[in-house]
Amino acid sequence: MKLNAIKQALAVIAPEALAEAEHAKKGALLDVTVSATQVVEAVSVLDKEGFFIEAITGVDWLGEKENAHKDAVAAAKKKAQDAGKAAAKKVADAGGDEEAQKAAQKEAEAGVAIPAAPVEPFSEEMEVVYDFNNFAEFCRVVLRTRVPRSNPEVPTISHIYPGANWHERETHDFFGIKFVGHPYLAPLLLPEDADFHPLKKDFHV
Amino acid sequence: MSLHPEVIRLLIFLVGIIAFAALNAAYLVWLERKEAGHIQRRIGPKEVGPFGLLQPLADGIKLMTKQLIVPAGVDPILFKIAPILVMVPAIMSFVTIPYGENLVARNIDIGLLMIFAFASVNVLGLLLGAWGSRNKYAVISAARVVSQNVAYEIPMLITVVTLVMITGTMNLHEIVMQQQGGFWNWNILNLAASPLMPVAFLIFFVCMLAETNRAPFDMAEAESELIAGAFTEYPGMGFGVFFMGEYANIVIGASVATILFLGGWQCPFGLFPGVHWFLLKMYFLIFTVIWIRWTYPRTTFYSLLNLSWKILIPISFFNLILTSAMIKVF
Amino acid sequence: MSAFAQTQTNETFVLNLGPQHPATHGVLRVKLVMDGEYIVDAEPVLGYIHRMHEKMGENRTWAQFMPNTGRMDYLHALAYNHGYVSVVERAAGIEVPERAEYLRVITTELNRISSHLLWFGAFVLDLGGFSPLLYAFDDREQILDLLESVTGSRLTYCYFRFGGVYNDIDENFAAGARAFIKRLRERMPMYHALVTKNIILMKRLQEIGPISEEMCRKYGATGPVARGSGINFDVRKHEPYSIYPELRFDVPVYTEGDSMARYMVRMDEIEQSMRIVEQALDKLPEGPVMAAKAPKIIKPAKGDYYHAVETARGSFGVRVVSDGSNTPYRLKLRSPTFSNLSLFGEACRGMLLPDALALMGSLDLVIPEIDR
Repeated sequence: MKLNAIKQALAVIAPEALAEAEHAKKGALLDVTVSATQVVEAVSVLDKEGFFIEAITGVDWLGEKENAHKDAVAAAKKKAQDAGKAAAKKVADAGGDEEAQKAAQKEAEAGVAIPAAPVEPFSEEMEVVYDFNNFAEFCRVVLRTRVPRSNPEVPTISHIYPGANWHERETHDFFGIKFVGHPYLAPLLLPEDADFHPLKKDFHV
Repeated sequence: MSLHPEVIRLLIFLVGIIAFAALNAAYLVWLERKEAGHIQRRIGPKEVGPFGLLQPLADGIKLMTKQLIVPAGVDPILFKIAPILVMVPAIMSFVTIPYGENLVARNIDIGLLMIFAFASVNVLGLLLGAWGSRNKYAVISAARVVSQNVAYEIPMLITVVTLVMITGTMNLHEIVMQQQGGFWNWNILNLAASPLMPVAFLIFFVCMLAETNRAPFDMAEAESELIAGAFTEYPGMGFGVFFMGEYANIVIGASVATILFLGGWQCPFGLFPGVHWFLLKMYFLIFTVIWIRWTYPRTTFYSLLNLSWKILIPISFFNLILTSAMIKVF
Repeated sequence: MSAFAQTQTNETFVLNLGPQHPATHGVLRVKLVMDGEYIVDAEPVLGYIHRMHEKMGENRTWAQFMPNTGRMDYLHALAYNHGYVSVVERAAGIEVPERAEYLRVITTELNRISSHLLWFGAFVLDLGGFSPLLYAFDDREQILDLLESVTGSRLTYCYFRFGGVYNDIDENFAAGARAFIKRLRERMPMYHALVTKNIILMKRLQEIGPISEEMCRKYGATGPVARGSGINFDVRKHEPYSIYPELRFDVPVYTEGDSMARYMVRMDEIEQSMRIVEQALDKLPEGPVMAAKAPKIIKPAKGDYYHAVETARGSFGVRVVSDGSNTPYRLKLRSPTFSNLSLFGEACRGMLLPDALALMGSLDLVIPEIDR
């Protein structure tokens, strides 16, 4: 089984990063998150196991932490409301008067902690996603790495997979992610003098 | 003051030849388009005139009214002289071709030699045009044309030498006269002289395709590789003259093949010899040339040279030796 | 090629092949460093028809992106439809009625045949043979008429919907498809006799433009290019989707790796696609063509999803990242020819110009799909 072999091999590099995915729901079998410095090592392992490269792309997670915080706050507020209502109902059922109900509700609401806002300056991140697959047996492995948005740098893998050359150039075009060691990181799809990166979330048409 | 009748005769023939060459060039385009159309399950030109017969006229007007652009950076003299260098030798070659027993502008003893001498100038025209255009595609095309013509002139001339050994003359009129009688007297079936005569005709025909840059040997133009090869930079009538020269060369090639191998104006059954038989044979050959073009893909440049140097030249040499041996023995 | 290596000098020149050149089938430009007619180095220059479909995807709703999918690979638009609806259905958990899946496969395979036919004609045109193109177009026309009757368009289809297809087929379509298959079956031997077995064509393709298995792997080449190099890789078998597991068909694989092998793979694929269409028409179940419960507004759960389909040119994958809203957060389109073309620079090194163009033709390039 390719999957087991590659799991064992990748576990050496990043033991806690492996996550098996369900093909019917996600489309991949293995989802691996590694740090930027581990990318070359992980890709070499995939190369040794006979995988072919499907694609490289990026995802800009601008505002991810803020959004996550907003979501968490909203969830906590809802939880507090629910808890307050439940407490009030309990008091009402027990025959308590309106004031007692309100007091109980307030108490219950205060009991739920609202998550604190992320401490500034927090680092915004971009993600680089590598898709690998195998000719002999279906085994799509998704390799992910996160880089800081202010200085997005990932080592190139174009010396291992020459096909990655264009994919990395394209990702550089769209996201401005620098692939350190890439032989020719000039715009591929964008005009040759392009100094913008259209898939960044703060790029507006 | 009266002109010498010979001068008048020559003038009439000259006008006739130019008209014949131009008319042929125009209407062979029509024939080519019609034939290609029918090979490809379509009708071909049909809008201009009955059966699209006025199409060449319309094309000609279009080409002539186009602006003659001389691109920046070209060699203006070579660029302008090249189409003429292709067209003029082709018309010159018509002078010696006997279309009927008396239908020849100048019956020269070395007619055959003259045709081949002028045929070589055509290559020079293409080369100069391509070089003068200063276009990389054109230069690649020119290099191909020259090596292709050098390669194909050899088997062609060896075959012709074989034929001259058999006929003993270079006078085209006489060559035709020798083939009198019926199709069994034609050189293509002159098995007594050499059993390889049909093969020799085939070699001649293939070489003719290559010499006139026709598919599957159209390396010079090769539109899917070299855009339009040597003609890439030529606008309007500059291109038109090249085009006419090309068709005139095809007519000459087919005419020479008819004279050398198919008995010229002689009838296959010995009845009513005349110009109609010549034209019939010639147009049949031209038809075949067009037919081949629309059927086969293009060969590559190196397999083309391989074919010439490794197959055609050895066979034609063998034929030459065989023929000379047979002439000596019998 | 060893003779070439010996005579190589520094007298090279740069030849610009394109962006307007008859052999590049669109606005591809290849910068060739040439030594005479030998290619020293080749660098494809892309982006002349780049439209940034991925950014467009982020600015419109999930459904609004559908028409874009038909405008990338305009020759096999339905497969692109299929890839995109599949990934959204996977993300949003939409069930598709069986009849709809059958219709998707029937139309996609007919579209595949039309794509291969056009490639066949255009490829022989690249080699200088004009006539096969018009014969292939004649056959292709029949498919376009059939597909027009059901999808409403002839080239840039937008026929699939999340949860089904937009229109059911009628009796005429089924009869027409069967009649077309019968007709094409009769014409395939003619194509093989006139083109495949033509000595000039064989000489131009055999042992020309070899691509090794290892090269396909390193560059991620898929589709007929990989199958011509002996790799048995077809997404329809490898990672089965839709109703392909229920249909019987073979994956043609040739081990030579030359242009002829790629040519043969595509010609055989036409036959296999005809088999698939026939079987699917036979098995076509009754029922609705649109899921009753398909939501009008799609809001897939957070997360990222991938789905690959086999197009006429190889494996097309869509990765979508959803943030739970009604527009995609990120949409990645993995187009097969992008990878297939990336190996051209290495594969054509040391070749002659006409052979390199034969190799380029055998890669079956559709430029809008490379540039997206």
